[in-house]
Amino acid sequence: MSHPTSTTNKTLAHPLNAWYVAGWDYELTRKPLARTIANRPLALFRTEDGRPVALADACWHRLAPLSMGKTLGRDEIQCPYHGITYNSAGRCTSMPAQETINPSATVPSFPIVDRYRFAWVWLGDPEKADPALIPDMHQMSSPEWAGDGETIYAPCNYQLVLDNLMDLTHEEFVHASSIGQEELSASDFKVTHDDRTVTVARWMFDIEAPPFWLKNMRDKFPGFEGRVDRWQIIHFEAPSTIRIDVGVAKAGTGAADGDRSQGVNGYVMNTISPETDKTCHYFWAFMRNYCLDSQLITTQLRNGVHGVFGEDEAMLKAQQEAIDANPDYEFYSLNIDAGGMWVRRLIERMLEAEGRLAATQEPQPARVGA
Amino acid sequence: MAANSSTVWQRGRVVELRDVARDIRRVVIEPESPVRAAPGTHVDIAVVVNGEQDVRSYSVVESDDDGTRLALSVFRTPTSRGGSVFMHGLGEGAEVELTQPLQNFPLRVGAARYIILAGGIGVTAVLGMARVLARLGADYRFVYAGRSREAMAYLDELIDEHGDRIEVHVDAEGTPLDVPSLVGGLGRDTELYMCGPIRLMDAVRRAWQDFGLDLPNLRYETFGNSGWFDPEEFVVRIPRLGLETVVPKDRSMLEALEAAGADPMFDCRKGECGLCEVEVLELTGDIDHRDVFYSQRQQEASAKMCCCVSRVVTPAATGSRERKPVISIELS
Repeated sequence: MSHPTSTTNKTLAHPLNAWYVAGWDYELTRKPLARTIANRPLALFRTEDGRPVALADACWHRLAPLSMGKTLGRDEIQCPYHGITYNSAGRCTSMPAQETINPSATVPSFPIVDRYRFAWVWLGDPEKADPALIPDMHQMSSPEWAGDGETIYAPCNYQLVLDNLMDLTHEEFVHASSIGQEELSASDFKVTHDDRTVTVARWMFDIEAPPFWLKNMRDKFPGFEGRVDRWQIIHFEAPSTIRIDVGVAKAGTGAADGDRSQGVNGYVMNTISPETDKTCHYFWAFMRNYCLDSQLITTQLRNGVHGVFGEDEAMLKAQQEAIDANPDYEFYSLNIDAGGMWVRRLIERMLEAEGRLAATQEPQPARVGA
Repeated sequence: MAANSSTVWQRGRVVELRDVARDIRRVVIEPESPVRAAPGTHVDIAVVVNGEQDVRSYSVVESDDDGTRLALSVFRTPTSRGGSVFMHGLGEGAEVELTQPLQNFPLRVGAARYIILAGGIGVTAVLGMARVLARLGADYRFVYAGRSREAMAYLDELIDEHGDRIEVHVDAEGTPLDVPSLVGGLGRDTELYMCGPIRLMDAVRRAWQDFGLDLPNLRYETFGNSGWFDPEEFVVRIPRLGLETVVPKDRSMLEALEAAGADPMFDCRKGECGLCEVEVLELTGDIDHRDVFYSQRQQEASAKMCCCVSRVVTPAATGSRERKPVISIELS
């Protein structure tokens, strides 16, 4: 086969020439934070004037973790073991018991940028670290949107989370009590893509609003009763950001033609940072464009989505365990996987461009029943 | 004393020659084993000077993504020791011996602000850095100083490429670079990358210290300390071990001690870590300190030396080379 098929890779390696969220902006402070992103342990902190810094979390000298040390001066961090200090560029600024500094003494410093309430780090070729490539998550920091989110530490390969978000038919089964409904798997969907993005759009017309959405409609339209048109438009941007445009509007009021004034609209913001090949940091938020001033609604939505995502987390953990426990079984695909399969193909192309696809190919296992 | 352990020599072919300024020729080489050359890298080239093999270093001005074409630019200096004459004598199709790209001057991506400073032919070392910064949308200024426009390589192309961000200073036009005003206007988050004549770089270093800026933010290439004096043969003694050996011109004292069975401690072997330090007991001669481990004060005191790179030489004042200089030491 000339092109490696996506189905032979149950889970994928992660492109390195990409921006990944290292943390929420508020998580980076003057007290160093240890976090591994894309298999690279990092010491994350801010300089005195608030700039984010990402250094390799291992002192040049004896590899003690710098994150156990403390920040000093304007932009320095001190190794907790022998007191060697480095500036935000990772260059040594002081060594114990000698009058000079070994010019070779540096630790890698990775490009890191604050945007959309997150700190984004680039662990690949720094000469390609163009901030214009940071995935669009503008709803996070726009005055037209309000909301909040959390981080899930997910014990699975990041690709499994992307699969989960690219096909929402699972809502009917995993999230039956909140957002799931039969019409989800019954309705048709449309998949489009370009070099960096994949979109999956699904509309359901003239349906009962599930409990989560009925509540939201009543926040905006007190006492609302009746049927709705519901949409889920999933926007993936490589390698691991997914924004889902979700909402419902009073049935037949033209939401599908662009008039959403008779409805409520939210954006489920998701960006997943691989930690290791089998774990990831899953950053999410729920943003809305109505009742912007209500902290009550912000908190209710965050807690509501927290509950929903808790159900996903349990499934993803179990899925990774099953993959590990059945190394000789293969994945099969369904028609509903079209969005997720395009995601996999775009990621494989990024890995190929980095010359790293081969390394991610697993030995071809036998297919069950074959 | 080449300390870079990853030096890989290979053959290459000259595929393109073009004059890019008065006395400056662009030489494009296709190496046999291409490796992408990052900004700030150089190659060493085997040259022939007065009939003898020698090595010269030239910055890589441009490299395509896979390193199959490396562009250098060579200035034929009036005071050339011969390397640039050799390079200007190359014709298209000529074969040369060169190293894969060597990096002593990496660009760090992520600084708040940058100054790229080029003096004359020094532009060859920093042009690629400015290009990366432009592509990344970084906050940078490119300051390019030269004696006259005709002598400034790539000037028009750089003005086109960098627009408002380039600042040109030309001595012949009465607009020379004022170093203190350049350095005095910089914030503490600015990193300055420079390459140019020693006098320019010294002036920047002095201004940098005068204005109290952080030294790690001033970046320039140190082509390795080749010493103040030519290497000569000397004798080393270790009285405690009753050991005496001669250190030949082309061997380090550390190597001679190892060969004599003295079991010295060491690590980096390039004058940085200080582990090969020996205590000086007696000395007839001077020490040519070639390390970067000791401060100037410690080097002047000469109570200790880094035996991996530093040597003993005949005092310049006496000039007598009748007898080899002698050093007695103690090891850790």
